[in-house]
Amino acid sequence: MASRKLTFSNVVLCLGLLFLYLPMFILVLYSFNASKLVTVWAGFSGKWYIELFADDQLMSAVWMSLRIAFFSSCMAVILGTMAAFVMTRFHRFRGKPLFSGMITAPLVMPDVITGLSLLLLFVAMSQLIGWPAERGMLTIWIAHVTFSSAYVAVVVSSRLREVDTSIEEAAMDLGATPFKTFFLITIPVIAPAIAAGWLLAFTLSLDDLVIASFVSGPGSTTLPMVVFSSVRLGVSPKINALATLFVLVVSFAAFIAWWLARRAEARRRSPLRTEEEVNWTSHLSNQP
Amino acid sequence: MKCLLRMLPKGRTLVISVPFLWLLLFFFVPFIIVLKISFSEAEVAIPPYSEIFQFADDTLRILLNLGNYVFLSEDELYWSAYLSSVKIAFISSLICLCIGYPMAYAMARANQRTQTILLLLILLPSWTSFLIRVYAWIGILKNNGLINNLLMWLGLIDSPLPMLNTNFAVYVGIVYTYLPFMVLPLYANLIKLDHSFLEAASDLGCKPWKVFFEVTLPLSRNGIIAGSMLVFIPVVGEFVIPELLGGPESLMIGKVLWQEFFNNRDWPIAAALAIVMLAILSIPIAYFNHHQAKEMEG
Repeated sequence: MASRKLTFSNVVLCLGLLFLYLPMFILVLYSFNASKLVTVWAGFSGKWYIELFADDQLMSAVWMSLRIAFFSSCMAVILGTMAAFVMTRFHRFRGKPLFSGMITAPLVMPDVITGLSLLLLFVAMSQLIGWPAERGMLTIWIAHVTFSSAYVAVVVSSRLREVDTSIEEAAMDLGATPFKTFFLITIPVIAPAIAAGWLLAFTLSLDDLVIASFVSGPGSTTLPMVVFSSVRLGVSPKINALATLFVLVVSFAAFIAWWLARRAEARRRSPLRTEEEVNWTSHLSNQP
Repeated sequence: MKCLLRMLPKGRTLVISVPFLWLLLFFFVPFIIVLKISFSEAEVAIPPYSEIFQFADDTLRILLNLGNYVFLSEDELYWSAYLSSVKIAFISSLICLCIGYPMAYAMARANQRTQTILLLLILLPSWTSFLIRVYAWIGILKNNGLINNLLMWLGLIDSPLPMLNTNFAVYVGIVYTYLPFMVLPLYANLIKLDHSFLEAASDLGCKPWKVFFEVTLPLSRNGIIAGSMLVFIPVVGEFVIPELLGGPESLMIGKVLWQEFFNNRDWPIAAALAIVMLAILSIPIAYFNHHQAKEMEG
């Protein structure tokens, strides 16, 4: 197999992966360091984890971030799936260029611009109609829904494009309404993409510092904001402990995804395979 | 049934209008407001800017204050911040492309099972916190950090090399965090490559490197464009990386905008900075939108 040979590209791939993982490995290692100095090893210790959980400000920020991430990814999945459906199925309608521009631009728009523009919108709206009365969880939720729906739309549309539309047509020929067809035929077929989009939206929301800093108000401090202010003051082993937990959770999720993909592949190899299962597997491995 | 059929266009309109209105209100309209506020004057008030539309005595006065833009163009600092942001973004996209292309190429040629694992390995870092990954480099690059300690222990240097708070650290941080954004679209593109083209070329006596430059590379053009735009455009407005890893020399416009807004509380100047940044990025963004929309429609 090509992957075993020592070609230039394989060497770069290995070095690239090393570059991506070495800093994370060092973070994890030093989270167990007894010394406060991040670069001096003074024996194994779990005290930073205890301090992490004892930090009330950090823990309440974690809770706030998780809630925002959960609710914004749920809404982003609904909006993003609708947008993906519009992009892939409705080829001509008034405002299509504007629509496609608005759904793709958030993917690349610098965070400072998105954050500033949303904040100015919220300020103008509260002056004009009195809503939102104050900035906080709701405004962060709106901001996160807006940019993560674009990502969901990309993930879902790449799946929608591959769906065999003849099944949908058959359902409609047999008298199913478009809504019924969508919920009974299309949704189950694109379910893995919707799940992938939800997870992506969740991690994007959990990760956002800049936009949340602009649109948040007093009393709504998210986890990245707390981490950022503590990192600005200097390196703290508590952050290493937090990073380790992050890596642990994400690795676990990645392992599950890998296991599901493998199981789907095993099923694909069995003689009783369906077209759909083949698509599911290729979806999991082709997802950009 | 007839009743349901009459519902059909309504359903279509509904499906289009929900995301359309959301994006219009929370993505498009905000830019118009930014444009409006960039023409206002900073004031000590809540909110801290002057109103540009005034309606009194049956006359509507529109006061367009161009002062913010004049101020931006007269100050050397803003010019150099824009220039260095574009330069840093361009160079780091190029570095990402040079590292990311071989990585994506090797991934696309691996067998199916290895591909799934490699893909997860590329995705996994981007699922962990971006801030924490940037933070990791502080510990590695600082004066008593890992690299300097290692080099001094090896006896290669006597005094620590200043790496943190330099442009070098900014490049490392940008390449590190944006590399997956380059690899993924390239991989998605290279995996679709029809191998019969490559075989045909080599059967006709084409040397391997020539096959690569004349067949593979041109065919992966869309992947290169998507990947480069996904790195270049957000990096121009990057704030976190120059703030945490860069020093006073690494002037980037995202950092300047943040300071104008949060430290100086000058909202109109921040708005004008954002408008100029958007103007600079409008061509790359339009280019990206065009490609991405084609990709999504299939």
